[in-house]
Amino acid sequence: MALALAIVAAVPLWVGSTYYVNIASQILFYAIFALAVNVLAGYAGLVSLGHAGLFGIAAYAAAKILNTGHGHLAVATGALAVTVLAAAVFAALALRGTGLGFVMITVALGQIVWGVAYRWISLTNGDNGITISGRPSPFGLSLASPRGFYWATFVVFLVAVASMAVFVASPFGASVRGARDQPRRMNALGYHVWMIRFLAFLVSGFWTGVAGVLYLYYNQFVSPQAVALAASAEGLLMVIAGGTATLLGPITGAALVVVMKNVASAYIERWNFVLGAIFVAIVVFMPEGLVPGTVRLARWAVAAWRSGRARRARLA
Amino acid sequence: MSLWLLLAVNSVTLGGLLFLLSAGFSLIFGLMRIPNLTHGSFFMLGAYLATSLIARGLDFWTAALVAGLLVAALGGVVERLILRRLAGAELAQVLVTLGLSFMIADVCLMVWTGDPIRIDTPGALRGATSMLGLGFPTYRLAVSVIAVIFAAALWALLDRTRLGAMIRAGVDDPAMARVVGIRVSRLFTVVFCLGAWLAGFAGVIGGPILSVYPGLDQEMLPLALVVVILGGSGSLLGSLVGSFVVGFLYNFGQAMFPELAYVVLFLPMLLVLVVRPQGLFGRQAV
Repeated sequence: MALALAIVAAVPLWVGSTYYVNIASQILFYAIFALAVNVLAGYAGLVSLGHAGLFGIAAYAAAKILNTGHGHLAVATGALAVTVLAAAVFAALALRGTGLGFVMITVALGQIVWGVAYRWISLTNGDNGITISGRPSPFGLSLASPRGFYWATFVVFLVAVASMAVFVASPFGASVRGARDQPRRMNALGYHVWMIRFLAFLVSGFWTGVAGVLYLYYNQFVSPQAVALAASAEGLLMVIAGGTATLLGPITGAALVVVMKNVASAYIERWNFVLGAIFVAIVVFMPEGLVPGTVRLARWAVAAWRSGRARRARLA
Repeated sequence: MSLWLLLAVNSVTLGGLLFLLSAGFSLIFGLMRIPNLTHGSFFMLGAYLATSLIARGLDFWTAALVAGLLVAALGGVVERLILRRLAGAELAQVLVTLGLSFMIADVCLMVWTGDPIRIDTPGALRGATSMLGLGFPTYRLAVSVIAVIFAAALWALLDRTRLGAMIRAGVDDPAMARVVGIRVSRLFTVVFCLGAWLAGFAGVIGGPILSVYPGLDQEMLPLALVVVILGGSGSLLGSLVGSFVVGFLYNFGQAMFPELAYVVLFLPMLLVLVVRPQGLFGRQAV
């Protein structure tokens, strides 16, 4: 564990090209996003397809606050406050439905944000997006270089993972899982199921906001593309691909999706097609996630091969 | 002709198109419990297929019917080969439809490129019709009439035929419908194909008004979602009322708050969710 951490922390040292350092940074902030999506999709059993909306709200809010001349501390706190507030509104509406109703409402909410980003040109500059200049220098450390940015992201990432671990192990985490598995029994035991889900939504919204702010600083640009339904789907794919309701799953999934996206776009133009195809393949063939699914398929293949060999041996 | 009257005509037309799109969506959702996220793609694919068919020399209406059939065939394949395998796993089904919508959108982009394509208004319906001393765009009137005919036909199908009775039984209580000997899984295929056909057909007849361009699918899908959340799932009347509400809001919203038209659309949905989560005419909460 300590060794793995050391290796990840030292990525900019042993990876030569800044291109790969940048990809590693992307993996880290998308992993934070995936962990946030996982709080709902995995632990709370509520699949949100509107999380790119929250991600985008954080990025846009940060960009707006920065461009009105405020400092980076104000940007971070302001953007996170706006995002958590938006998450509260999202949650209050989406939790009117459960299961598929929840999915539909989150799709609609995500599209509202997309509509604002794309059409409300005086606020969001429409399709052209908003550009910011410069990354912050917390405690005098410049994040302008890919390495500096990577380490800063890594620190935030560690905090995110640690807080997720605390969340999962906490009584609150247990009650979130309880509300997922046995909502009626939880209710009968005196738990306020709605409130548990609402709070889980806020936790998820907060970390989505953190990822959104990092995204803005990484790209120094945000456009409606960040808010599109495809972005929500990507976040969900990371969680499902890696394995829901696990800590390592979303991180693996984020690494997988970011790497595939960069590799795929280097060779073919059709990333959306690949994304869709992977989605379909994973859901149809490996519903439990890519990592456990591969293990299962491998076991099945080995068993089939062995039984085939045994049959041939009997016949011989 | 005054601006407001023109807006009203446009609203009715858009409402009609939305009804064709969302009636199938609503039935699929009501019966199969799947929010079919490929529905917007069916709409767009229908329109694109029709542009190719018209370019090969077919006339507009034949192209509309054939494009609808091709989309319905695709819907049938999707239902039989993929959704059927995932029966019972509703979440997996939603994710698959989402994945398919990305694939369809990308294939369309590859085949028909990124430029918007306009479908010409069929010859006989060009120009304006005068009624009550006012001139109305003929094609838009025709679309409204088509929507009304389809609404009546769908109502007759659901309310007056044996198949319709079976579909209603499946919407109300699938388990009980199975027990009394209705092959609900076959109904799934029928309803899914019908919904896909309606969406594809709507895409074609919407073509002369909206034209076809990449992203049309993601623009229409939320409208269908809003209609269904507003009207209640599985309810034809709900789809009809919801479609016209959305049609009016969209056109008047665009005239009054051009930058916020898309957002104004969602306000009644939010209101309904707060006050009546099952939708105006739905029986059960979404």
